Amino acid sequence: MAGVTMAYPHSDPPHLRGGAAHLGPAPKRIVTGYGFWIFILSDMVMFSALFATYAVLLGQTAGGPGGRELFDLRNVAIETAFLLASSFTCGLATIAADARSRIWFQSAMAVTCVFGLAFLAIEAREFSSLVARGAGPTRSAFLSAFFTLVGCHGLHVSAGTLWLLTMMAQVFAKGFRADIQRRILCFALFWHALDIIWIAVFTVVYLLGSAT
Amino acid sequence: MTNGYEEIGNSRDIAPGDEDAEGGSIAQRIGGYLAGLGLAILLTATSFFVAGTDLVWQPSIPVALVVLAIAQMGVHLVFFLHITTGADNTNNVLALAFGVLIVILVIGGSLWIMANLNHNMMPMDQLMRMQR
Repeated sequence: MAGVTMAYPHSDPPHLRGGAAHLGPAPKRIVTGYGFWIFILSDMVMFSALFATYAVLLGQTAGGPGGRELFDLRNVAIETAFLLASSFTCGLATIAADARSRIWFQSAMAVTCVFGLAFLAIEAREFSSLVARGAGPTRSAFLSAFFTLVGCHGLHVSAGTLWLLTMMAQVFAKGFRADIQRRILCFALFWHALDIIWIAVFTVVYLLGSAT
Repeated sequence: MTNGYEEIGNSRDIAPGDEDAEGGSIAQRIGGYLAGLGLAILLTATSFFVAGTDLVWQPSIPVALVVLAIAQMGVHLVFFLHITTGADNTNNVLALAFGVLIVILVIGGSLWIMANLNHNMMPMDQLMRMQR
């Protein structure tokens, strides 16, 4: 009995060791996914600071144009439709990856990419038309906050599109290896999280912003 | 000797974004995503309709929009990210709860403080006039 205690001087006392002891560490897929989940949540905390800035500066137009004159809600609805559809096709790509079907994975990812690029094109057109109308980020505190928040989301979508193409290339070159599957899981988390942030953007920035 | 640890040890966690191991066939999983897509479209369309309509009592519109947005975030979390209330998801839910707490503190705190500040401070143009 004394020998057993000596062998594990720093381990838990026997009544705490329990059944979980022989299970070992969690599988790598859970560790990776959970770590990336923490990153996504901290990204959302960063966005919450930008949202708070926008909400506080909503009325500070410095005599310039406000949301009601600037925002085209029809455009925003089309953007929303593209991003929501891309989130759905990203889910289909996840299912295809689980089923290890290359053709379905690549086509679902390609459609996701096209939807993401369409979203970015509409957003870029909106930004350039705002700047052309003299409502650039330097016009007022309201517009600075608007361009920071929406531009930051646009940057995330751009980075996500690059990551998407990387995943297509990796599956093409290496197939559905375990490490590639973990990256696909993280990419899907990232892409769905972007859509969740966009819900807050179109509600707070565009719908509430054009109401005031 | 059954001390309860066996049961805890047997229920493995699930990585965030993964569906339950017994999630079902491909058709069932696609059906889940379709259900999420349908609900999301419904909530988005309601949001855009409510924002532009005269049929609703106007002061209630901001509250309605916020409620609809939170509902749609819930739909996305459940149907696309597969966050559930199951025992295998406890860690994911707790991390999410902490994130939500910080988000509420940052946004709610900023709005509260700045509203108080605006209420208690003289309007900026009057302040400027006094300095001249």
